[in-house]
Amino acid sequence: MAAILDARGLHKNFGAVTAASDINAAIEKDSVVGLIGTNGAGKTTFINMITGYLKPDRGRIHYEGRDITDLAPRDVTRIGICRSFQIPQLYASLTAFENMMIGIGVVLRNAGRGGFFSRGRPLVPGYDLPAEDVADSILQRFGLAEYRDRNAQVLPGGVRKLLDIALTLVAKPRLLLLDEPTSGVSAEEKFEIMEMIMQAVRAEGITVLFVEHDMEVVSRFAERVLAFYDGRIIADAAPGVALSDPEVKRFVIGGELRRLDEARAGTRA
Amino acid sequence: MSTDRTPRTLGLILAALLAFGQWLPQWTLFLVTIALAKGLVVLGLMILLRCGLVSFGQALYYCIGAYAAGLLGRLFGLSDVFTLMLAGMAAAALAAFALGFLLARYRSIFFGLLSLALSMILYGLLVKTEALGSSDGFHVLRTTLLGIRPADPWVRYAVLAAAAVAATAAALLVHRYLATPLGKLAPAIKDNEIRVEYMGASARHAIHVKYVIAAALAGLGGALAATTVGHIDPEMAYWTTSGEFIFIAILAGTGSVIAPFLGALVFGIIQTVAFDVSPNTWQMVLGSALLVVIVFLPNGLWSLFRRRKAA
Repeated sequence: MAAILDARGLHKNFGAVTAASDINAAIEKDSVVGLIGTNGAGKTTFINMITGYLKPDRGRIHYEGRDITDLAPRDVTRIGICRSFQIPQLYASLTAFENMMIGIGVVLRNAGRGGFFSRGRPLVPGYDLPAEDVADSILQRFGLAEYRDRNAQVLPGGVRKLLDIALTLVAKPRLLLLDEPTSGVSAEEKFEIMEMIMQAVRAEGITVLFVEHDMEVVSRFAERVLAFYDGRIIADAAPGVALSDPEVKRFVIGGELRRLDEARAGTRA
Repeated sequence: MSTDRTPRTLGLILAALLAFGQWLPQWTLFLVTIALAKGLVVLGLMILLRCGLVSFGQALYYCIGAYAAGLLGRLFGLSDVFTLMLAGMAAAALAAFALGFLLARYRSIFFGLLSLALSMILYGLLVKTEALGSSDGFHVLRTTLLGIRPADPWVRYAVLAAAAVAATAAALLVHRYLATPLGKLAPAIKDNEIRVEYMGASARHAIHVKYVIAAALAGLGGALAATTVGHIDPEMAYWTTSGEFIFIAILAGTGSVIAPFLGALVFGIIQTVAFDVSPNTWQMVLGSALLVVIVFLPNGLWSLFRRRKAA
Protein backbone atom coordinates (compact mmCIF):
# COMPACT_ATOMS: atom_id res chain seq x y z
CA MET A 1 0.00 0.00 0.00
CA ALA A 2 1.23 3.54 -0.71
CA ALA A 3 2.85 5.52 2.10
CA ILE A 4 1.01 8.71 3.02
CA LEU A 5 3.86 9.81 5.30
CA ASP A 6 7.52 9.02 4.95
CA ALA A 7 10.04 10.16 7.55
CA ARG A 8 13.69 9.53 6.71
CA GLY A 9 16.72 9.89 8.97
CA LEU A 10 15.20 12.34 11.46
CA HIS A 11 17.55 13.68 14.11
CA LYS A 12 16.72 16.17 16.83
CA ASN A 13 18.80 17.26 19.78
CA PHE A 14 17.89 19.60 22.60
CA GLY A 15 21.31 20.52 23.91
CA ALA A 16 22.84 17.29 25.21
CA VAL A 17 19.51 15.43 25.07
CA THR A 18 18.79 13.40 21.96
CA ALA A 19 15.06 13.45 21.28
CA ALA A 20 15.23 11.81 17.86
CA SER A 21 18.03 9.71 16.46
CA ASP A 22 17.76 8.34 12.94
CA ILE A 23 13.98 7.95 12.92
CA ASN A 24 12.75 6.15 9.81
CA ALA A 25 9.10 5.37 9.33
CA ALA A 26 6.78 5.06 6.36
CA ILE A 27 3.10 5.23 7.33
CA GLU A 28 0.70 3.50 4.98
CA LYS A 29 -2.50 5.16 3.92
CA ASP A 30 -5.62 4.23 5.93
CA SER A 31 -3.58 2.51 8.63
CA VAL A 32 -3.84 3.01 12.40
CA VAL A 33 -0.43 3.20 14.02
CA GLY A 34 0.25 3.31 17.75
CA LEU A 35 3.33 5.08 19.07
CA ILE A 36 4.53 3.71 22.39
CA GLY A 37 7.44 4.53 24.66
CA THR A 38 8.16 5.90 28.08
CA ASN A 39 8.09 9.63 28.77
CA GLY A 40 10.97 11.34 26.97
CA ALA A 41 11.37 8.50 24.44
CA GLY A 42 10.70 10.83 21.50
CA LYS A 43 7.06 10.20 20.57
CA THR A 44 5.82 13.77 20.91
CA THR A 45 9.02 15.09 19.32
CA PHE A 46 8.21 12.88 16.31
CA ILE A 47 4.68 14.34 16.14
CA ASN A 48 6.02 17.86 16.62
CA MET A 49 8.45 17.38 13.73
CA ILE A 50 5.74 16.07 11.41
CA THR A 51 3.45 19.00 12.21
CA GLY A 52 6.12 21.64 11.78
CA TYR A 53 6.31 22.70 15.42
CA LEU A 54 9.91 21.49 15.55
CA LYS A 55 12.39 21.40 12.69
CA PRO A 56 14.56 18.25 12.64
CA ASP A 57 18.32 18.90 12.78
CA ARG A 58 18.70 16.36 9.98
CA GLY A 59 16.41 14.23 7.84
CA ARG A 60 13.32 14.91 5.73
CA ILE A 61 9.60 14.26 6.03
CA HIS A 62 7.44 13.62 2.97
CA TYR A 63 3.66 13.67 2.96
CA GLU A 64 1.88 12.35 -0.13
CA GLY A 65 5.19 12.68 -1.94
CA ARG A 66 5.71 16.33 -0.93
CA ASP A 67 8.57 17.49 1.29
CA ILE A 68 6.92 19.10 4.34
CA THR A 69 9.98 19.32 6.61
CA ASP A 70 10.16 23.11 6.55
CA LEU A 71 6.45 23.92 6.61
CA ALA A 72 4.89 25.86 9.50
CA PRO A 73 2.13 24.15 11.56
CA ARG A 74 -0.62 26.13 9.78
CA ASP A 75 0.66 25.05 6.37
CA VAL A 76 0.89 21.43 7.51
CA THR A 77 -2.73 21.67 8.66
CA ARG A 78 -3.80 23.17 5.35
CA ILE A 79 -2.45 20.20 3.39
CA GLY A 80 -4.37 17.68 5.48
CA ILE A 81 -2.37 16.80 8.61
CA CYS A 82 -4.11 17.64 11.87
CA ARG A 83 -3.21 16.91 15.45
CA SER A 84 -4.71 16.78 18.89
CA PHE A 85 -2.84 17.50 22.09
CA GLN A 86 -1.91 15.66 25.27
CA ILE A 87 -3.33 18.62 27.20
CA PRO A 88 -6.42 19.76 25.27
CA GLN A 89 -5.81 23.06 23.49
CA LEU A 90 -9.21 24.72 23.43
CA TYR A 91 -10.55 28.26 23.34
CA ALA A 92 -11.38 28.35 27.01
CA SER A 93 -13.67 31.39 27.02
CA LEU A 94 -15.81 30.07 24.15
CA THR A 95 -18.49 27.38 24.10
CA ALA A 96 -17.94 23.98 22.50
CA PHE A 97 -20.01 25.14 19.50
CA GLU A 98 -18.04 28.39 19.18
CA ASN A 99 -14.80 26.42 19.36
CA MET A 100 -15.98 24.40 16.36
CA MET A 101 -17.12 27.54 14.53
CA ILE A 102 -13.68 29.13 14.90
CA GLY A 103 -12.10 26.10 13.28
CA ILE A 104 -14.69 26.00 10.51
CA GLY A 105 -14.17 29.74 9.96
CA VAL A 106 -10.49 29.12 9.33
CA VAL A 107 -11.32 26.32 6.89
CA LEU A 108 -13.73 28.64 5.05
CA ARG A 109 -11.20 31.43 4.94
CA ASN A 110 -8.45 29.13 3.63
CA ALA A 111 -10.89 28.04 0.91
CA GLY A 112 -11.58 31.68 0.02
CA ARG A 113 -15.16 31.53 1.30
CA GLY A 114 -16.99 33.53 3.95
CA GLY A 115 -14.81 36.62 3.44
CA PHE A 116 -15.68 40.29 3.69
CA PHE A 117 -17.55 40.39 0.39
CA SER A 118 -19.23 37.00 0.50
CA ARG A 119 -23.00 36.84 0.87
CA GLY A 120 -25.27 34.26 2.44
CA ARG A 121 -24.08 31.18 4.28
CA PRO A 122 -21.07 29.66 2.52
CA LEU A 123 -20.76 25.87 2.36
CA VAL A 124 -17.87 24.24 4.19
CA PRO A 125 -15.52 22.48 1.75
CA GLY A 126 -15.62 18.71 2.06
CA TYR A 127 -18.96 18.78 3.85
CA ASP A 128 -21.03 20.93 1.48
CA LEU A 129 -23.08 22.11 4.43
CA PRO A 130 -23.31 25.51 6.15
CA ALA A 131 -20.85 26.06 9.03
CA GLU A 132 -23.41 25.68 11.83
CA ASP A 133 -24.61 22.32 10.49
CA VAL A 134 -21.05 21.01 10.19
CA ALA A 135 -20.26 22.09 13.77
CA ASP A 136 -23.38 20.39 15.10
CA SER A 137 -22.84 17.19 13.12
CA ILE A 138 -19.25 16.79 14.39
CA LEU A 139 -20.30 17.53 17.98
CA GLN A 140 -23.07 14.96 17.56
CA ARG A 141 -20.69 12.35 16.22
CA PHE A 142 -18.47 12.72 19.30
CA GLY A 143 -21.42 12.67 21.69
CA LEU A 144 -20.83 16.33 22.57
CA ALA A 145 -24.24 17.71 21.59
CA GLU A 146 -25.30 18.12 25.22
CA TYR A 147 -22.20 20.25 25.91
CA ARG A 148 -22.74 22.43 22.83
CA ASP A 149 -23.38 25.69 24.67
CA ARG A 150 -21.11 25.20 27.64
CA ASN A 151 -17.83 27.01 28.00
CA ALA A 152 -14.79 24.89 27.19
CA GLN A 153 -13.11 25.72 30.49
CA VAL A 154 -15.88 24.14 32.58
CA LEU A 155 -16.15 20.90 30.61
CA PRO A 156 -15.11 17.60 32.26
CA GLY A 157 -11.69 16.18 31.34
CA GLY A 158 -12.94 13.43 29.02
CA VAL A 159 -15.22 15.85 27.19
CA ARG A 160 -12.38 18.34 26.75
CA LYS A 161 -10.30 15.54 25.23
CA LEU A 162 -13.07 14.67 22.79
CA LEU A 163 -13.63 18.31 21.86
CA ASP A 164 -9.90 18.70 21.25
CA ILE A 165 -10.06 15.75 18.83
CA ALA A 166 -13.38 16.87 17.29
CA LEU A 167 -11.71 20.21 16.46
CA THR A 168 -9.15 18.42 14.31
CA LEU A 169 -11.87 16.98 12.09
CA VAL A 170 -13.24 20.30 10.84
CA ALA A 171 -10.33 20.61 8.42
CA LYS A 172 -11.06 17.17 6.93
CA PRO A 173 -7.60 15.74 7.66
CA ARG A 174 -6.19 12.81 5.73
CA LEU A 175 -3.60 12.14 8.42
CA LEU A 176 -4.50 12.55 12.07
CA LEU A 177 -1.96 12.62 14.88
CA LEU A 178 -3.41 12.03 18.34
CA ASP A 179 -1.13 12.75 21.26
CA GLU A 180 -2.27 10.56 24.15
CA PRO A 181 -5.98 10.71 23.33
CA THR A 182 -6.90 8.81 26.51
CA SER A 183 -4.53 10.39 29.02
CA GLY A 184 -6.25 11.92 32.02
CA VAL A 185 -9.35 9.88 31.25
CA SER A 186 -10.70 7.21 33.61
CA ALA A 187 -9.97 3.57 32.73
CA GLU A 188 -13.67 2.93 32.03
CA GLU A 189 -13.88 5.83 29.57
CA LYS A 190 -10.69 4.99 27.65
CA PHE A 191 -12.14 2.33 25.36
CA GLU A 192 -15.32 4.28 24.86
CA ILE A 193 -13.40 7.34 23.74
CA MET A 194 -11.13 5.38 21.45
CA GLU A 195 -14.13 3.55 19.98
CA MET A 196 -15.80 6.88 19.24
CA ILE A 197 -12.66 8.31 17.66
CA MET A 198 -12.10 5.24 15.54
CA GLN A 199 -15.68 5.24 14.29
CA ALA A 200 -15.39 8.88 13.23
CA VAL A 201 -12.03 8.26 11.62
CA ARG A 202 -13.11 5.14 9.73
CA ALA A 203 -16.10 7.02 8.35
CA GLU A 204 -13.76 9.67 6.94
CA GLY A 205 -11.00 7.32 5.74
CA ILE A 206 -8.30 8.99 7.82
CA THR A 207 -4.85 7.58 8.54
CA VAL A 208 -4.15 7.71 12.27
CA LEU A 209 -1.03 7.89 14.41
CA PHE A 210 -1.73 7.84 18.11
CA VAL A 211 0.52 8.04 21.13
CA GLU A 212 -0.61 5.76 23.93
CA HIS A 213 0.67 4.46 27.24
CA ASP A 214 -2.04 1.87 27.81
CA MET A 215 -0.92 -1.33 26.09
CA GLU A 216 -4.45 -2.76 26.12
CA VAL A 217 -5.66 0.22 24.12
CA VAL A 218 -2.69 -0.14 21.76
CA SER A 219 -3.21 -3.84 21.12
CA ARG A 220 -6.93 -3.35 20.57
CA PHE A 221 -6.87 -0.36 18.24
CA ALA A 222 -3.46 -0.20 16.52
CA GLU A 223 -2.70 -2.20 13.40
CA ARG A 224 0.96 -1.42 13.72
CA VAL A 225 3.16 -0.27 16.57
CA LEU A 226 6.22 1.95 16.59
CA ALA A 227 8.08 1.57 19.89
CA PHE A 228 10.32 4.48 20.87
CA TYR A 229 13.20 4.39 23.27
CA ASP A 230 15.83 7.04 23.81
CA GLY A 231 14.93 8.86 20.59
CA ARG A 232 15.09 5.70 18.47
CA ILE A 233 12.49 3.33 17.06
CA ILE A 234 13.34 -0.03 18.63
CA ALA A 235 10.43 -1.97 17.17
CA ASP A 236 8.15 -1.50 14.18
CA ALA A 237 5.65 -4.32 13.79
CA ALA A 238 2.10 -5.52 14.35
CA PRO A 239 1.01 -5.15 18.01
CA GLY A 240 1.26 -8.87 18.76
CA VAL A 241 4.86 -8.97 17.55
CA ALA A 242 6.01 -5.57 18.83
CA LEU A 243 4.61 -5.93 22.34
CA SER A 244 6.29 -9.29 22.81
CA ASP A 245 9.66 -8.04 21.54
CA PRO A 246 12.26 -8.47 24.35
CA GLU A 247 13.62 -4.93 23.92
CA VAL A 248 10.13 -3.44 23.96
CA LYS A 249 9.26 -5.49 27.03
CA ARG A 250 12.39 -4.30 28.79
CA PHE A 251 12.51 -0.64 27.79
CA VAL A 252 8.90 0.29 27.07
CA ILE A 253 6.42 -2.00 28.75
CA GLY A 254 8.74 -2.46 31.78
CA GLY A 255 9.04 1.31 31.94
CA GLU A 256 5.29 1.69 31.69
CA LEU A 257 4.76 -0.85 34.48
CA ARG A 258 7.29 0.96 36.65
CA ARG A 259 5.50 4.22 35.84
CA LEU A 260 2.19 2.67 36.88
CA ASP A 261 3.72 1.27 40.09
CA GLU A 262 5.20 4.67 40.92
CA ALA A 263 1.90 6.37 40.21
CA ARG A 264 0.06 3.90 42.46
CA ALA A 265 2.68 4.30 45.20
CA GLY A 266 2.31 8.08 44.85
CA THR A 267 -1.46 7.80 45.21
CA ARG A 268 -1.13 5.65 48.33
CA ALA A 269 1.40 8.05 49.83
CA MET B 1 -31.29 33.25 14.88
CA SER B 2 -31.42 36.77 16.30
CA THR B 3 -31.55 39.62 13.81
CA ASP B 4 -28.66 42.00 13.59
CA ARG B 5 -29.87 45.39 14.79
CA THR B 6 -26.54 47.22 14.57
CA PRO B 7 -26.80 48.49 10.95
CA ARG B 8 -30.30 49.82 11.58
CA THR B 9 -29.28 51.50 14.85
CA LEU B 10 -26.28 53.10 13.14
CA GLY B 11 -28.49 54.32 10.31
CA LEU B 12 -30.95 55.87 12.79
CA ILE B 13 -28.17 57.63 14.72
CA LEU B 14 -26.74 59.02 11.45
CA ALA B 15 -30.15 60.21 10.29
CA ALA B 16 -30.79 61.86 13.67
CA LEU B 17 -27.43 63.63 13.65
CA LEU B 18 -27.91 64.89 10.08
CA ALA B 19 -31.50 65.98 10.70
CA PHE B 20 -31.19 67.61 14.11
CA GLY B 21 -27.52 68.59 14.11
CA GLN B 22 -28.26 71.95 12.51
CA TRP B 23 -30.29 73.02 15.55
CA LEU B 24 -27.70 72.01 18.11
CA PRO B 25 -25.61 74.78 19.75
CA GLN B 26 -22.13 75.27 18.28
CA TRP B 27 -20.30 73.93 21.35
CA THR B 28 -22.39 70.73 21.19
CA LEU B 29 -21.52 70.25 17.53
CA PHE B 30 -17.86 70.50 18.44
CA LEU B 31 -18.27 68.06 21.33
CA VAL B 32 -20.07 65.48 19.19
CA THR B 33 -17.62 65.78 16.29
CA ILE B 34 -14.63 65.28 18.59
CA ALA B 35 -16.46 62.34 20.19
CA LEU B 36 -16.86 60.82 16.72
CA ALA B 37 -13.15 61.37 16.00
CA LYS B 38 -12.08 59.77 19.26
CA GLY B 39 -14.71 57.06 18.86
CA LEU B 40 -13.08 56.09 15.55
CA VAL B 41 -9.72 55.63 17.30
CA VAL B 42 -11.35 53.59 20.07
CA LEU B 43 -13.18 51.48 17.48
CA GLY B 44 -9.74 50.41 16.24
CA LEU B 45 -8.53 49.89 19.78
CA MET B 46 -11.54 47.64 20.34
CA ILE B 47 -10.50 45.37 17.47
CA LEU B 48 -7.11 44.91 19.13
CA LEU B 49 -8.59 44.54 22.62
CA ARG B 50 -10.72 41.64 21.43
CA CYS B 51 -7.44 39.84 20.63
CA GLY B 52 -6.17 40.62 24.11
CA LEU B 53 -3.82 43.32 22.83
CA VAL B 54 -3.75 46.69 24.60
CA SER B 55 -2.05 49.38 22.55
CA PHE B 56 -0.70 52.10 24.81
CA GLY B 57 0.39 54.03 21.73
CA GLN B 58 -2.65 54.42 19.50
CA ALA B 59 -2.02 58.18 19.61
CA LEU B 60 0.83 57.49 17.17
CA TYR B 61 -1.65 56.91 14.35
CA TYR B 62 -4.03 59.58 15.59
CA CYS B 63 -1.17 62.05 15.29
CA ILE B 64 0.00 60.70 11.92
CA GLY B 65 -3.54 61.14 10.58
CA ALA B 66 -3.76 64.66 11.93
CA TYR B 67 -0.36 65.74 10.56
CA ALA B 68 -1.08 64.11 7.19
CA ALA B 69 -4.28 66.17 6.99
CA GLY B 70 -2.54 69.32 8.19
CA LEU B 71 0.37 68.92 5.79
CA LEU B 72 -1.90 68.36 2.80
CA GLY B 73 -3.42 71.76 3.50
CA ARG B 74 -0.10 73.41 4.19
CA LEU B 75 1.75 71.99 1.18
CA PHE B 76 -1.00 71.61 -1.41
CA GLY B 77 -3.76 73.85 -0.11
CA LEU B 78 -6.19 70.93 0.22
CA SER B 79 -9.01 71.53 2.68
CA ASP B 80 -11.80 69.12 1.68
CA VAL B 81 -12.70 67.20 4.80
CA PHE B 82 -13.22 63.88 2.98
CA THR B 83 -9.88 64.14 1.16
CA LEU B 84 -8.12 64.94 4.43
CA MET B 85 -9.77 62.04 6.22
CA LEU B 86 -8.80 59.64 3.44
CA ALA B 87 -5.24 60.97 3.50
CA GLY B 88 -5.01 60.63 7.28
CA MET B 89 -6.32 57.11 7.07
CA ALA B 90 -3.93 56.11 4.28
CA ALA B 91 -0.86 57.61 5.99
CA ALA B 92 -1.64 55.85 9.28
CA ALA B 93 -2.40 52.53 7.55
CA LEU B 94 0.86 52.71 5.61
CA ALA B 95 2.88 53.40 8.75
CA ALA B 96 1.07 50.58 10.59
CA PHE B 97 1.67 48.17 7.71
CA ALA B 98 5.42 48.74 8.04
CA LEU B 99 5.52 48.78 11.85
CA GLY B 100 3.09 45.85 12.02
CA PHE B 101 5.83 43.46 10.91
CA LEU B 102 7.53 44.26 14.21
CA LEU B 103 4.51 44.74 16.49
CA ALA B 104 2.65 41.59 15.37
CA ARG B 105 5.45 39.52 16.89
CA TYR B 106 4.76 40.78 20.40
CA ARG B 107 1.99 40.13 22.91
CA SER B 108 0.73 41.42 26.26
CA ILE B 109 2.85 44.06 28.02
CA PHE B 110 5.57 43.94 25.34
CA PHE B 111 3.08 44.89 22.64
CA GLY B 112 1.68 47.65 24.84
CA LEU B 113 5.02 49.18 25.75
CA LEU B 114 6.47 48.89 22.26
CA SER B 115 3.47 50.73 20.82
CA LEU B 116 3.88 53.35 23.56
CA ALA B 117 7.58 53.73 22.73
CA LEU B 118 6.82 54.25 19.02
CA SER B 119 4.29 56.98 19.77
CA MET B 120 6.76 58.74 22.05
CA ILE B 121 9.42 58.61 19.33
CA LEU B 122 7.05 60.45 17.00
CA TYR B 123 6.27 62.93 19.78
CA GLY B 124 9.99 63.56 20.31
CA LEU B 125 10.59 63.99 16.58
CA LEU B 126 7.72 66.45 16.16
CA VAL B 127 8.77 68.51 19.17
CA LYS B 128 12.24 68.89 17.64
CA THR B 129 11.01 69.63 14.09
CA GLU B 130 10.83 73.39 13.63
CA ALA B 131 9.46 73.10 10.10
CA LEU B 132 6.33 71.55 11.63
CA GLY B 133 6.02 74.14 14.38
CA SER B 134 7.87 72.19 17.07
CA SER B 135 5.82 71.92 20.26
CA ASP B 136 3.40 74.63 19.07
CA GLY B 137 2.29 72.68 16.01
CA PHE B 138 0.50 74.59 13.27
CA HIS B 139 -2.93 75.66 12.07
CA VAL B 140 -5.00 73.59 9.68
CA LEU B 141 -6.78 75.23 6.75
CA ARG B 142 -10.43 76.08 7.17
CA THR B 143 -12.56 73.10 6.15
CA THR B 144 -14.37 72.78 2.85
CA LEU B 145 -16.89 70.11 1.96
CA LEU B 146 -16.71 68.63 -1.56
CA GLY B 147 -15.38 71.94 -2.92
CA ILE B 148 -17.92 74.09 -1.08
CA ARG B 149 -16.86 76.52 1.62
CA PRO B 150 -19.74 76.56 4.12
CA ALA B 151 -20.77 79.90 5.61
CA ASP B 152 -19.46 80.55 9.13
CA PRO B 153 -22.46 79.31 11.13
CA TRP B 154 -22.56 76.14 9.00
CA VAL B 155 -18.91 75.05 9.21
CA ARG B 156 -19.29 73.05 12.40
CA TYR B 157 -22.47 71.37 11.16
CA ALA B 158 -20.81 70.53 7.83
CA VAL B 159 -17.84 68.93 9.60
CA LEU B 160 -20.19 67.07 11.95
CA ALA B 161 -22.16 65.74 8.97
CA ALA B 162 -18.98 64.56 7.26
CA ALA B 163 -17.76 63.03 10.52
CA ALA B 164 -21.06 61.25 11.09
CA VAL B 165 -21.05 59.80 7.56
CA ALA B 166 -17.43 58.65 7.92
CA ALA B 167 -17.95 57.21 11.40
CA THR B 168 -21.11 55.35 10.34
CA ALA B 169 -19.36 53.92 7.28
CA ALA B 170 -16.37 52.88 9.40
CA ALA B 171 -18.58 51.31 12.08
CA LEU B 172 -20.58 49.38 9.45
CA LEU B 173 -17.40 48.11 7.76
CA VAL B 174 -15.88 47.06 11.09
CA HIS B 175 -19.17 45.40 12.07
CA ARG B 176 -19.06 43.44 8.82
CA TYR B 177 -15.39 42.60 9.32
CA LEU B 178 -16.03 41.28 12.84
CA ALA B 179 -18.50 38.79 11.36
CA THR B 180 -15.92 37.34 8.92
CA PRO B 181 -13.79 34.33 9.91
CA LEU B 182 -10.75 36.60 10.32
CA GLY B 183 -12.72 39.01 12.50
CA LYS B 184 -14.11 36.18 14.61
CA LEU B 185 -10.62 34.83 15.19
CA ALA B 186 -9.98 37.55 17.82
CA PRO B 187 -11.17 35.69 20.96
CA ALA B 188 -9.44 32.55 19.69
CA ILE B 189 -6.15 34.42 19.39
CA LYS B 190 -6.69 35.78 22.88
CA ASP B 191 -7.40 32.30 24.30
CA ASN B 192 -5.00 30.00 22.52
CA GLU B 193 -2.67 30.96 19.69
CA ILE B 194 -1.19 27.48 19.39
CA ARG B 195 -4.57 26.08 18.49
CA VAL B 196 -5.15 28.89 15.97
CA GLU B 197 -1.93 27.88 14.20
CA TYR B 198 -2.85 24.21 14.29
CA MET B 199 -6.23 25.00 12.76
CA GLY B 200 -4.48 26.43 9.73
CA ALA B 201 -4.46 30.19 10.42
CA SER B 202 -1.63 32.55 11.16
CA ALA B 203 -2.24 34.49 14.37
CA ARG B 204 0.55 36.89 13.46
CA HIS B 205 -0.97 37.66 10.08
CA ALA B 206 -4.40 38.16 11.65
CA ILE B 207 -2.94 40.53 14.23
CA HIS B 208 -1.05 42.44 11.52
CA VAL B 209 -4.28 42.96 9.57
CA LYS B 210 -6.12 44.06 12.71
CA TYR B 211 -3.28 46.39 13.61
CA VAL B 212 -3.46 48.09 10.21
CA ILE B 213 -7.26 48.43 10.42
CA ALA B 214 -6.96 49.91 13.93
CA ALA B 215 -4.32 52.37 12.73
CA ALA B 216 -6.38 53.38 9.68
CA LEU B 217 -9.30 54.18 11.99
CA ALA B 218 -7.01 56.15 14.32
CA GLY B 219 -5.63 58.07 11.32
CA LEU B 220 -9.16 58.84 10.17
CA GLY B 221 -10.01 60.07 13.67
CA GLY B 222 -6.84 62.14 13.81
CA ALA B 223 -7.56 63.85 10.49
CA LEU B 224 -11.11 64.56 11.60
CA ALA B 225 -9.92 66.02 14.92
CA ALA B 226 -7.41 68.19 13.03
CA THR B 227 -10.08 69.69 10.76
CA THR B 228 -12.50 70.12 13.68
CA VAL B 229 -10.07 71.82 16.06
CA GLY B 230 -8.24 73.67 13.28
CA HIS B 231 -4.90 73.18 14.94
CA ILE B 232 -2.49 70.28 15.47
CA ASP B 233 0.46 69.81 17.80
CA PRO B 234 2.73 66.99 19.02
CA GLU B 235 0.55 66.45 22.11
CA MET B 236 -1.61 64.35 19.80
CA ALA B 237 1.09 61.65 19.93
CA TYR B 238 1.78 62.02 23.65
CA TRP B 239 1.17 59.06 25.95
CA THR B 240 -1.65 60.83 27.79
CA THR B 241 -3.59 60.98 24.51
CA SER B 242 -3.15 57.21 24.12
CA GLY B 243 -4.23 56.84 27.74
CA GLU B 244 -7.39 58.78 26.97
CA PHE B 245 -8.29 56.31 24.21
CA ILE B 246 -7.79 53.36 26.55
CA PHE B 247 -9.85 55.21 29.16
CA ILE B 248 -12.70 55.55 26.67
CA ALA B 249 -12.38 51.92 25.59
CA ILE B 250 -12.72 50.72 29.19
CA LEU B 251 -15.57 53.13 29.77
CA ALA B 252 -17.36 51.95 26.63
CA GLY B 253 -16.69 48.19 26.58
CA THR B 254 -16.01 46.08 23.51
CA GLY B 255 -19.49 44.69 23.02
CA SER B 256 -20.49 46.54 19.88
CA VAL B 257 -19.15 48.89 17.20
CA ILE B 258 -21.47 51.57 18.59
CA ALA B 259 -19.94 51.37 22.08
CA PRO B 260 -16.73 53.35 21.29
CA PHE B 261 -18.76 56.34 20.05
CA LEU B 262 -21.05 56.19 23.07
CA GLY B 263 -17.99 55.98 25.34
CA ALA B 264 -16.29 58.90 23.59
CA LEU B 265 -19.43 61.02 23.88
CA VAL B 266 -19.89 60.23 27.59
CA PHE B 267 -16.17 60.93 28.10
CA GLY B 268 -16.51 64.29 26.32
CA ILE B 269 -19.57 65.26 28.34
CA ILE B 270 -17.99 64.32 31.69
CA GLN B 271 -14.79 66.14 30.73
CA THR B 272 -16.66 69.30 29.66
CA VAL B 273 -18.95 69.39 32.67
CA ALA B 274 -16.15 68.56 35.12
CA PHE B 275 -13.92 71.25 33.60
CA ASP B 276 -16.74 73.75 33.87
CA VAL B 277 -17.66 72.89 37.45
CA SER B 278 -14.18 72.42 38.86
CA PRO B 279 -11.39 73.55 36.51
CA ASN B 280 -8.57 72.44 38.82
CA THR B 281 -9.78 68.99 39.71
CA TRP B 282 -11.57 67.84 36.58
CA GLN B 283 -9.25 64.84 36.22
CA MET B 284 -10.42 63.64 39.63
CA VAL B 285 -14.05 63.69 38.46
CA LEU B 286 -13.09 61.79 35.31
CA GLY B 287 -11.13 59.22 37.34
CA SER B 288 -14.02 58.75 39.74
CA ALA B 289 -16.41 58.21 36.83
CA LEU B 290 -14.16 55.48 35.44
CA LEU B 291 -13.91 53.89 38.86
CA VAL B 292 -17.69 53.77 39.15
CA VAL B 293 -17.98 52.18 35.71
CA ILE B 294 -15.31 49.57 36.48
CA VAL B 295 -16.97 48.62 39.77
CA PHE B 296 -20.58 48.56 38.62
CA LEU B 297 -20.23 47.84 34.88
CA PRO B 298 -17.05 45.80 34.44
CA ASN B 299 -17.87 45.26 30.76
CA GLY B 300 -18.34 48.97 30.14
CA LEU B 301 -21.30 51.21 29.42
CA TRP B 302 -22.39 48.98 26.55
CA SER B 303 -23.32 46.23 29.02
CA LEU B 304 -26.29 48.43 30.05
CA PHE B 305 -27.82 47.79 26.64
CA ARG B 306 -26.87 44.13 26.59
CA ARG B 307 -28.44 43.56 30.02
CA ARG B 308 -31.63 45.19 28.89
CA LYS B 309 -31.67 42.98 25.82
CA ALA B 310 -31.11 39.85 27.90
CA ALA B 311 -33.89 40.76 30.32
